[in-house]
Amino acid sequence: MATQNLCTVKRRGRVHLITLTGAGEHRLNPALLSAIRSAVAASAGAGALVLAAEGKYFSNGFDQAWARTAPRHLQATMGGEFRGLVADLLALPMPTVAAVTGHAAAAGCGLVLAHDAVIMRGSRGFLYMSEVDAGLKLVDFFAEVFREKVPDAINRRDLLLRGGRMAAPEAVLRGIVDKAVDGGVEDVVNAAVAEAEKLAARGWDGEVVAEIRKAAWPNLWSKVKDYGADAPAAAARPRL
Amino acid sequence: MCTLEQRGRVFVLTLTGDGEHRLGHPLIASLRSAVASVAAAAASAGPGTALVTVAEGRFFSNGLDIGWAGTSRPRLQELVDALRPLAADLLALPMPTVAAVTGHASAGGFLLALCHDYRVMRADRGVLYMSEIDIGLPLPPYFVAMFRAKITAANALRDVLLRGRKLRAAEAKEMGIVDAVCPGPAETAAEAIKLAEQLAARKWDGGVYASIRMSIFPEACKSVGIVEESDEEKRKHFASRL
Repeated sequence: MATQNLCTVKRRGRVHLITLTGAGEHRLNPALLSAIRSAVAASAGAGALVLAAEGKYFSNGFDQAWARTAPRHLQATMGGEFRGLVADLLALPMPTVAAVTGHAAAAGCGLVLAHDAVIMRGSRGFLYMSEVDAGLKLVDFFAEVFREKVPDAINRRDLLLRGGRMAAPEAVLRGIVDKAVDGGVEDVVNAAVAEAEKLAARGWDGEVVAEIRKAAWPNLWSKVKDYGADAPAAAARPRL
Repeated sequence: MCTLEQRGRVFVLTLTGDGEHRLGHPLIASLRSAVASVAAAAASAGPGTALVTVAEGRFFSNGLDIGWAGTSRPRLQELVDALRPLAADLLALPMPTVAAVTGHASAGGFLLALCHDYRVMRADRGVLYMSEIDIGLPLPPYFVAMFRAKITAANALRDVLLRGRKLRAAEAKEMGIVDAVCPGPAETAAEAIKLAEQLAARKWDGGVYASIRMSIFPEACKSVGIVEESDEEKRKHFASRL
């Protein structure tokens, strides 16, 4: 699977920086998901991971257009790959930071929340759980991301059941996002990398990070673990 | 006992009369019937409806009809069992729901308010109160599940269930239990209807809305007897939407 045009990987100090490339919506189709998973797997040896994006969007969610033209038996691979990516992030032996450089909608928002820390662009971009507007239900593991990572009842309702666009100041106030950063995309990326570098500097044992993280979000982990790169069944599962 | 009217896209369910709106068999049955009518009407009305539940008088509801139950444990259990499907009907209702807490809401009455997506409450009088600890009654499991689902701050949950704290609207808002506070009952009802209209105007697919609602707190749904849709059924729904 050609990944060069979908995301780039750079090391900045101890930080493994993955950037979704191009000015598009970074729709999470099987190709992009596969590229991100490969990029995540390539983080071995780093002290922390940052996922960022170029352009106006972090990710606008699943690629419905692709799904419409895909053969029925392949439509499920998109959900399966996403589930696998969440598992890979939960099992990653280093801290993870999402640099929300632009809009993060639906599965894009879910992907953000699957990280340990979230740094968001202050003046542009929003979190938007569009499913209620688009008429899409939430499968169980996906809802679990929000049940584990957005524990407050009001926040969960407001994020999932209002079809609202939540900008950084509100997201920080509600505790959904850790920090808002002024400036452009590069400023957000730099802040996320700086945060990741600070985490890497703690010198934590990566295996311990992974074990504690899986224990902290046990419901989510139990629902995604069989889809991760390290899961026993992974080798048998078809990958595009 | 209760009346149901439709104002545009909003269904307004009113607990009528000046009394305590005690949840005994007659009122519970009336409410279930009304809620069932709302669900049926929604099916024919199409996307973009909402429910407001409001009450006349000084009480929203003072809870289960423990007067009728008296000292009979079986009778009390009957009422607990009768209220459970009403809670389920509300949690599964295919539209946004707003409780206009126009008076005291205690025990089962507080639960009833919590079964709605949003709460608007009057500031001038009335409290939210879980009296069980004070009167020496244990909480039915589904009551606890609902409170745990809707009141997620540990100290708020403790204050409500373990301290028998009586909450005026302003403090309830601070604790994340009530969404908006209005001066009196008329304003509360008006604000609740206005919120319901705004939500209805989004024209959400009711089945999807209810599904997402239920996926926010599956344990509470399970405890009131709702069987959540399987992922397989949800995927069939996706496929039909492509």
